[in-house]
Amino acid sequence: MVVSSKSYGSSNGALIRIDHLVKNYPLGEVEVHALRGVSVEVRQGEFVAIMGASGSGKSTFMNILGCLDKPTKGTYILEDIDVGKLSRDELAHIRNSKIGFVFQGFNLLSRTSAIENVELPLLYCSMSNKERKERAIAALQKVGLGDRIEHYPNQLSGGQQQRVAIARALVNDPSIVLADEPTGNLDSRTSVEVMGIFQELNNNGITIILVTHEHDIAQFTRRHIVFRDGKIRMDKANPTPRNAPDVLKEMPVIDDEEES
Amino acid sequence: MKTLNILLSAFRALRRNKMRSFLTMLGIIIGVAAVIAMLAIGQGAEYSVKQQIAALGTNVLIVFPGSQQQGGLRAGSGTMTTLTEDDALAIQKECPAVAFVSPGTRSGGQVIAGNLNWATSIEGTGQDYLEIRQWTIEYGEFFSEQDVKAASKVCVVGRTVADNLFPESSPVGQNVRIRNVPFKVLGVLSKKGQNAMGQDQDDIILAPYTTVLRRLSHFPFLRQILVSATSPSNINNAQTQISELLRMRHKIPPYDADDFTIRNQTDLATTATATTEILTILLASIASVSLLVGGIGIMNIMLVSVTERTREIGIRMSVGARGRDILTQFLIEALVLSLLGGMVGIILGVTGSSAISSFAKWPTIITAFSIILSFGFSIAIGIFFGFYPARKAALLNPIDALRYE
Repeated sequence: MVVSSKSYGSSNGALIRIDHLVKNYPLGEVEVHALRGVSVEVRQGEFVAIMGASGSGKSTFMNILGCLDKPTKGTYILEDIDVGKLSRDELAHIRNSKIGFVFQGFNLLSRTSAIENVELPLLYCSMSNKERKERAIAALQKVGLGDRIEHYPNQLSGGQQQRVAIARALVNDPSIVLADEPTGNLDSRTSVEVMGIFQELNNNGITIILVTHEHDIAQFTRRHIVFRDGKIRMDKANPTPRNAPDVLKEMPVIDDEEES
Repeated sequence: MKTLNILLSAFRALRRNKMRSFLTMLGIIIGVAAVIAMLAIGQGAEYSVKQQIAALGTNVLIVFPGSQQQGGLRAGSGTMTTLTEDDALAIQKECPAVAFVSPGTRSGGQVIAGNLNWATSIEGTGQDYLEIRQWTIEYGEFFSEQDVKAASKVCVVGRTVADNLFPESSPVGQNVRIRNVPFKVLGVLSKKGQNAMGQDQDDIILAPYTTVLRRLSHFPFLRQILVSATSPSNINNAQTQISELLRMRHKIPPYDADDFTIRNQTDLATTATATTEILTILLASIASVSLLVGGIGIMNIMLVSVTERTREIGIRMSVGARGRDILTQFLIEALVLSLLGGMVGIILGVTGSSAISSFAKWPTIITAFSIILSFGFSIAIGIFFGFYPARKAALLNPIDALRYE
């Protein structure tokens, strides 16, 4: 593991420190400049929404944050580790131990029970079967699915599937949860429910970065970063986030089971 | 990822596509079963050839006359007229390592008995022939030393000849006419079956060599002298003694080559065994081609599987699976396929071989070697053909894999 020099240290409390990040893709003969120098810091315990039109670079940014992709230029320091200098295997280890992903399409393994899906990240670090099971059950209970641990994805509603995905993201106690359009495939009520879970996790100290293009969803977060043409155009705090339980109370009730 | 967990998830993945997994395994099953059955048949053949050669007697020597040589032209072996009755008698008398001697000549022809006739070969032998060949008379009796000395017109017939000339009655005491010479049948030989080369050894008539020489072939020289040593360990002594005796009797100067050849059954055994070994290798190599085809089947299915499960690979990578975790997972799946196939194939091959034994009356032998060989072969095939698809999966880029539709 490459640990960066102390000058990048967390003395200023930053969990993520990104400096002049550039990402270019070759697309046929032209080069696409997906990111043109992005600098940002995220502190422990923040709840950030990343917004922007498609093609603004926000997905590229998320892939780099999630260690799925490497930047062309610039530095990305995650918890004192210069991620840009790591090998494929070391990146896999970072994804395993420090990052939890939540995707728009849930990305659960089909024909695999909820608990086995949640156990998946723990399979790639050394842990006893008993401890793995306990942690997976605890994570499922945290998202309110303690009674559905043996259900298969096709027996669960969209909201429940996304909650399994969130449990999977949490099971390794990551430093940061990255959610890429987590409500994109959900109806509005279920979206608010999922945002409620994120808010609750954030209140318990978990750092969450969420990509969305819906303003309504962004309103539940505490900080908005807007991308345009590969650059950060706006970065401001949201001092008055909406409270998901309050919003839910005002919404008409739809039977979750019937909808699935 | 722990080995047990990988194994469990490999089984789970294969169970999801039961039919496909079974069909893939079928290639290996058939391949392994074929290798085992072919090896069993080949080794069975080898064994029965060895048995038949042992039945010929491992202490038997055959003396052939040498080849005729005129100028630089050499005729084949056995053409030289050098072996005489006296040579045979001298070997009997003067070589201490020799137990029995039977001078031999051969004739052939149409044999007539009543209104039936049959073409067969007539072997002229001494009275000790059966002793040397470890053959017995089924009923009746063999001709005596007296018959040989007197060149009596008597004979014993092989099982096949008896069946063809005397289908209804016992041949003993009856007459057969060989090229117009009447012979009295003294006995019937016990059934010997085919020899290593597939010839029917019972299609034969044995008569005193003196009678055959004087009444049938009208030729004073012997085609061969069959000799048995006092014991198998004495066979080399017997060979040396015979060789020295014949060189002396034929007045061959030390610088000249023998005008006779002495062959022992060990040479024949070696040749025949080598032949059947080649047969075994040939059969097994043909069978292993099907194993190879089975391996290609595994590779094919694993490639399909990697493509189908690209998203799964992406998900696994996004939660921290390293390239080598993915590699191991797919390699283990291929290995499980080939191992399961190998085990079923071994069971099928073993039962198939014993079925061949009992239905076709063909000896089959299954050795631990052939089981270990085919088992090892199927493991090797699993690794070899599983590696490429597994590596392809391991080298996938996590983002591309996640986005794969």
